[in-house]
Amino acid sequence: MAVFVYAENINGVYKKAAFEAVSYAKAVADKAGDTVTAISVNPTDSSDLLYKYGASNVINIKDEGLKNFSAKAFAQAVNEVANGNIIVFPHTTDASSVAPMLAIMKNYSLITNALEAPESLSPFQVKRRAFSGKGFMHAKAEGNGVIVTVSQNAFGVKENAVSGSEEVKNLSVANDDTKVISHEQSSGKLDLKEAEVVVSAGRGMKGPENWGMVEDLANVLGAATACSKPVSDIGWRPHTEHVGQTGKAISPNLYIAIGISGAIQHLAGVNSSKTIVVINNDAEAPFFKSADYGVVGDAFQIIPALTEKIKAIKG
Amino acid sequence: MKILVCISSVPDTTSKINFTADKSAFDKNGIQWVINPLDEFALTKAVKLQESQGATVTVINVGDAGTEPVIRKALAIGANDAVRVNLDPKDSYSTAKEIAAVAQSGGYDLILCGKESIDYNGGSVPGMVAQLLNQPFVNASVGLDVNGNEATAVREIEGGKETISVKLPAIIAGQKGLVDEKDLIIPNMRGIMSARTKPLQVVEPASSEVKVQGVSYDSVPPRAAVKMVSPDNLDELVRLLHEEAKVI
Ligand SMILES: Cc1cc2nc3c(=O)[nH]c(=O)nc-3n(C[C@H](O)[C@H](O)[C@H](O)COP(=O)(O)OP(=O)(O)OC[C@H]3O[C@@H](n4cnc5c(N)ncnc54)[C@H](O)[C@@H]3O)c2cc1C
Repeated sequence: MAVFVYAENINGVYKKAAFEAVSYAKAVADKAGDTVTAISVNPTDSSDLLYKYGASNVINIKDEGLKNFSAKAFAQAVNEVANGNIIVFPHTTDASSVAPMLAIMKNYSLITNALEAPESLSPFQVKRRAFSGKGFMHAKAEGNGVIVTVSQNAFGVKENAVSGSEEVKNLSVANDDTKVISHEQSSGKLDLKEAEVVVSAGRGMKGPENWGMVEDLANVLGAATACSKPVSDIGWRPHTEHVGQTGKAISPNLYIAIGISGAIQHLAGVNSSKTIVVINNDAEAPFFKSADYGVVGDAFQIIPALTEKIKAIKG
Repeated sequence: MKILVCISSVPDTTSKINFTADKSAFDKNGIQWVINPLDEFALTKAVKLQESQGATVTVINVGDAGTEPVIRKALAIGANDAVRVNLDPKDSYSTAKEIAAVAQSGGYDLILCGKESIDYNGGSVPGMVAQLLNQPFVNASVGLDVNGNEATAVREIEGGKETISVKLPAIIAGQKGLVDEKDLIIPNMRGIMSARTKPLQVVEPASSEVKVQGVSYDSVPPRAAVKMVSPDNLDELVRLLHEEAKVI
């Protein structure tokens, strides 16, 4: 059972999600007694980065036409080179847009949001995220080909160095169904879905002018920032930071929730975080029931103090 | 312009999720059903295009008769008519096949969906429909304008956004931002009354092939009891995070 993996790059650079997907593919391949072939579109990063996580073949698609992303054109390109019956994708925005189109092209089953290595390979069965984090589903694929997308930060990045080789494939896929007009990338900001530590704040912060202290705490922790839904609804923070059932689902190692009540819809997006710290001035806030550590007190006093203490130990 | 909006009927966001005793299925007892919140953004966008451009808006739902209250709600919000494919959907693939079949015969200029449903979190139906119809697909859309037979969509990308133009017919999967939260339409009495008389066509499924099965389900294991730390002893919190949880 040949295992292929789509190693997504952003502007040529591999992200953590790509390494995680390759790590996952390696676990699948070990189970199948086969090797991993990674596919990337116009990477500038070295393939060595993918060998490190277990890919022994890397197919670098070179296609000027794929400078801009289109789900369909990328699916076509991957379809041309992915000659295996198991294809792994990260569950990033772009990769999870390509995967369903490829599933139809190949007439394969598609299982999204996988959380663990597969429970069995034939049939392919895996535990996946469902009900927005309020439950899990064990999904079984029918037929003999399967595409699986791996929920970010769930399986983890696992080093597993192999010696690898690279092949360049020149393609020219038609990419004319969409045309990019403008592209805005905020540089230097940590990707919320990839972050190991997330500092999140809610309506308890009273207003956008108070977010400076939240960002200071995030900075000393090397964390991404997030917020509850009402905060982004009012426009205190961009909606890209909204986590929860109707926002982003995240699973960092550490989630610090400040001035967030812990409504069921908020929890749905964050309860798979490994450690949860809740800071709230209301001892009855429901979030304490889902936390590992809790502090009852005023955020405006606690955040600066905590920031100083963490700065001190980070030295 | 003809717009088709895909609507999924999902457990209300406050629902506790339980499974049957043998864990083989989601337990529907006592569940209130709502329009998938991400689909609501798509529906509201469609109704806005109906107002500004005279588009007609058809909602489609793949579901058994139990989903009709949710379809009526979509009509009350402003859709012109509705189609229900009479199939309790078992996976994304079978759902996408039915939507594509209806879309094919209806000749729609634009298909709008939410980017995923909050129950099974597949996030697969929109892309599958696009490929089945061989139409362009824009996912995670946070903005949309239509001008003649071209649309301009803003899509979320990792760490930013991208504005693209796309030739219609096309499929756009939206999320919050496609319309503002405050612009979501709450049906008024007139809408609710008129929804009762709007056409709701029921069609039989074209096929029933399933590619993925839910074999069993698990609940989320409870967390250990919370450890409370005094606000006057943040050193202790830092110590716990460092030494016990090993996360900083
Ligand atoms: C369809 C639907 C979908 C939803 N999806 C989401 C979602 O995806 N994500 C999401 O977050 N929500 C979602 N919600 C909203 C959710 O139900 C809650 O309303 C929301 O999470 C509350 O946000 P909050 O905790 O920031 O605000 P509040 O409920 O106002 O709570 C603020 C908290 O701050 C505390 N506080 C106040 N002052 C201080 C202080 N000085 N120091 C410390 N603490 C303080 C208060 O005690 C309170 O607990 C959804 C709702 C619906 C209906």
